[in-house]
Amino acid sequence: MRSILAIATLAVASVIVTPAGAHAFLDHAMPAVGSAVHGSPAQLKLWFTQELEPAFSTVQVLDRDGKRVDKGDPQVDHADATELVVSLPQLAPGTYRVTWRVLSVDTHVTEGNFTFDVAP
Amino acid sequence: MTRITRSTLPVLAGWMSLLANNPALAHGFAGERFFPATILTDDPFVADEMSLPTVTFNPKASDDSRETDIGFDLAKRITPDLGFTLHEQWIHIHPNDQSSIKGFSALNTALQYQLFVDGPSQTMALAGLGVTWAHTGANATASPDFTTLTPTFDFGKGFGDLPESLTWLRPLAITGNLSVDFPTKARSGDGSINPNVFNIGFAFEYSLEYLQHHVKDVGLGAPFDRMIPLVEVAVSSPFNRGQAGQTTGTVQPGVIWAGQYLQIGAEAIIPINSRTGHGVGAVIQLHFYLDDLFPNSFGKPLLGG
Repeated sequence: MRSILAIATLAVASVIVTPAGAHAFLDHAMPAVGSAVHGSPAQLKLWFTQELEPAFSTVQVLDRDGKRVDKGDPQVDHADATELVVSLPQLAPGTYRVTWRVLSVDTHVTEGNFTFDVAP
Repeated sequence: MTRITRSTLPVLAGWMSLLANNPALAHGFAGERFFPATILTDDPFVADEMSLPTVTFNPKASDDSRETDIGFDLAKRITPDLGFTLHEQWIHIHPNDQSSIKGFSALNTALQYQLFVDGPSQTMALAGLGVTWAHTGANATASPDFTTLTPTFDFGKGFGDLPESLTWLRPLAITGNLSVDFPTKARSGDGSINPNVFNIGFAFEYSLEYLQHHVKDVGLGAPFDRMIPLVEVAVSSPFNRGQAGQTTGTVQPGVIWAGQYLQIGAEAIIPINSRTGHGVGAVIQLHFYLDDLFPNSFGKPLLGG
């Protein structure tokens, strides 16, 4: 039993000292996931739990008909590599779907989507 | 952490095209749905993960003895879709008014194949063959003198594809197992009968992570935004050799917290009948994601990773 506890302790220690990355989960977004905002936001911002590889991390904003409406300029923030930003045009009131797919710096891919509403 | 340089981009581009065809990479992902490794029931995915330890305080048995187990599990991918698992545990039985018995259980291994993973429908399925090996445990803990073969079918389904209007149901997910035990001896050396046993198990999960990050930001912060409350149910029922209907099983409500490199789970153990035991037990587990801890070595498939 002591040996098992010793192995467990080593395993926990390896987590603490390891330089590895991990899967990038969405931490939060602006506009928030499933939220309603008054007026058109100028940008959509996503923050993840891991740093992202800019060349392979992307986000799109689609309208109710599935047509892409963002300005097509998604980029990882230079100062904070956990932040992915895309510019938005003036959005009409309605529901918009955000789809994202990112590669964390240790080469794990994650993806997701959510909606937000623009109210008048 | 190293950044990807311009010279590595062509290599990565090719690699990414492969990912595009197989977007779920072990670790229990089907599209945007993350399935945690559950404690009682088998996971429907091949993975590079390790549970150490799993400490189980079983409910009292029908003879009032109490058993405590300390388990170790390893899941390792051979190829992206083929994996194997190892399970071993140290058993300590406290009989009523007698000296305790302790020793290792029989070694259990399994070979598993990922049948499919479908991201949009958040479904996955796995087929496997488990083997509990004869003469690999301590005699004191009644280790079997026969090998048991157990073909298994496991599946997982997330309900994120439900209509948007069903906001509060979309974080739900279910995983399940169906298996049958085939002992290689119908009767052991001590005269005991070894029937074929049908096993069925389910895990009903409500992912707060999925709710917060894919459905609706309800303001959950750490650690609640990474929690998955769940109820696991597992039932075993012999169906021949004079033991048909001797069903045993447990219901295990609990919660799993899934972090970046590890998860922690805790569940109560409630016997479904007096044959299984009485009272309430508990299990806690520390589980490591080897693919996140060691992405460039032990955490990737042995071949084709």
